[in-house]
Amino acid sequence: MFSNAASPFAMIPALTIENLSKVYDNGFEALKGISLTVEQGDFFALLGPNGAGKSTTIGIICSLVAKSGGKVSVFDVDIDQDFPAAKRHIGIVPQEFNFNQFEKALDIVVNQAGYYGLAPKIARTRAEKYLRELGLWDQRDVPARMLSGGMKRRLMIARSLVHEPRLLILDEPSAGVDIEMRRSMWEFLKRINAQGTTIILTTHYLEEAEALCRHIAIINHGVIVENTSIKMLLRQLSREVFILDCVEDLPETIEIDGFIARRVDDHTLEVEVHKGQHLNQVFATLGAQQIHVNSMRNRANRLEEMFVNLVEGAA
Amino acid sequence: MNLREQYVAFQTILRKEIKRYLRIWTQTLLPSAITMSLYFVIFGSLIGSRIGEMGGFTYMQFVVPGLIMMAIVTNSYSNVVSSFFGSKFSHSVEELLVSPVSNVVILMGYVVGGVTRGLLVAIVVTLVSLFFTHLHIHSYFVVVAVVLLTSTLFALAGFINAVFANSFDDISIIPTFVLTPLIYLGGVFYSMDLLPEFWANVSKLNPLVYVVNAFRYGVLGVSDVSLPVAFGMIIVFTAIAFAYSMHLLNSGKRLRQ
Repeated sequence: MFSNAASPFAMIPALTIENLSKVYDNGFEALKGISLTVEQGDFFALLGPNGAGKSTTIGIICSLVAKSGGKVSVFDVDIDQDFPAAKRHIGIVPQEFNFNQFEKALDIVVNQAGYYGLAPKIARTRAEKYLRELGLWDQRDVPARMLSGGMKRRLMIARSLVHEPRLLILDEPSAGVDIEMRRSMWEFLKRINAQGTTIILTTHYLEEAEALCRHIAIINHGVIVENTSIKMLLRQLSREVFILDCVEDLPETIEIDGFIARRVDDHTLEVEVHKGQHLNQVFATLGAQQIHVNSMRNRANRLEEMFVNLVEGAA
Repeated sequence: MNLREQYVAFQTILRKEIKRYLRIWTQTLLPSAITMSLYFVIFGSLIGSRIGEMGGFTYMQFVVPGLIMMAIVTNSYSNVVSSFFGSKFSHSVEELLVSPVSNVVILMGYVVGGVTRGLLVAIVVTLVSLFFTHLHIHSYFVVVAVVLLTSTLFALAGFINAVFANSFDDISIIPTFVLTPLIYLGGVFYSMDLLPEFWANVSKLNPLVYVVNAFRYGVLGVSDVSLPVAFGMIIVFTAIAFAYSMHLLNSGKRLRQ
């Protein structure tokens, strides 16, 4: 991992995509000239429904898919000019398991280091380092097919880091991973991001993007429909729905001036809050009726709501 | 990547290939030894003793070079075709494609892996043949050169087959319906002198005729075809197979979307 402060790449974006397009042999236009910049040190989410173009974009960046047009640069290295140099900066964790299931975990990571030209001694030291960090060292001599889904996912992360890339790309890293494992993986990713590794991830778990990422791009039908910071995106929300758990029994009908309130059951109230409105007014109205609020939560993931709006709006 | 790093990558691919076929030696090394032993017993001892001499040698001595070459051809071919298709099938080939290792290193890693298996099986088969006959090497240079060129040629052919294969059926079609008939009709069991002129001329289109006869020259000192012509044909076929394999890798056909 690298520190930006001392890096000669300090002012260079980690990834620049300009007018990237892809038309598959069957005529399907997966990307329609997208442009994107990911700054160094960023934790960037690429979101989109299935078939939106996320995996095609990632495939082009790491050379598994041939682009039809446009330009991609990784740390200012144009992949058309010097793809091997660009590849040195990239670590990729694909969505599907793509290792030989009969090989041992340690061999998979050591071999990957060898493909990057790392001498066997260094390869083994690095492999041990990342297998330990990801809790897989005890399984190093176990054939990959014997590992659980979560372990296989972590094995791919260890493999992607063994050459210590500056840009780590993860395609749906939480797919098939249980909650506990997902949380520990998030902590690990946050740690390596804090150490200077730029991270791009695609995910279906919007909670994951909200918890980890600083910037987000939403892609749909091969077009970027939003590209901003998570904070800015959430600021665009025009309304939120809160669920209030109340201590006292709620009356059959309840009215709060300026708000749409709906009684769900004896102790649960749903309140729609629009931009510019304040919850204090809700609490004041309830307080006046001797109703105390025990706890409160969002009805739905805020980002999910925004995501659906953007995707439907672009459709 | 600099040369040293490319060499490390080459060693890594080669080591992985060798570990693979040694791990499953009962599927990769043992069958050839058993099959060739049966050939020696049936064609060499039982039937061969009634055939008498061929090309001035006992029938057993005559078939041994062809059978060794048959083992080299099938093993170098099947090692690369099964290993590379397997890595395509499991998508583990992506480990190489996303890395900065050059295409020529990827190709050479797989090909040399196939060559080493061909050589290992050749040694095993040769040792087995010593139980049945006495072998006197006429030209070590020719033997070594033909073995290396032939195993390289068929390892490359296996690579091309693997790139085009879409299923495990596709990697057995060529060995079953093309390679095996060419080997059997390549003069392993008979001298071209026995064929009518027309079929002798047709046989000259078969690359295995040159391979088998060049190797037989190296071992016994006799050949149905001219040695320079045989070497020339093997080198030309190898160069074409290498160029086409590189074209497939560089274009990314059937490997990248």
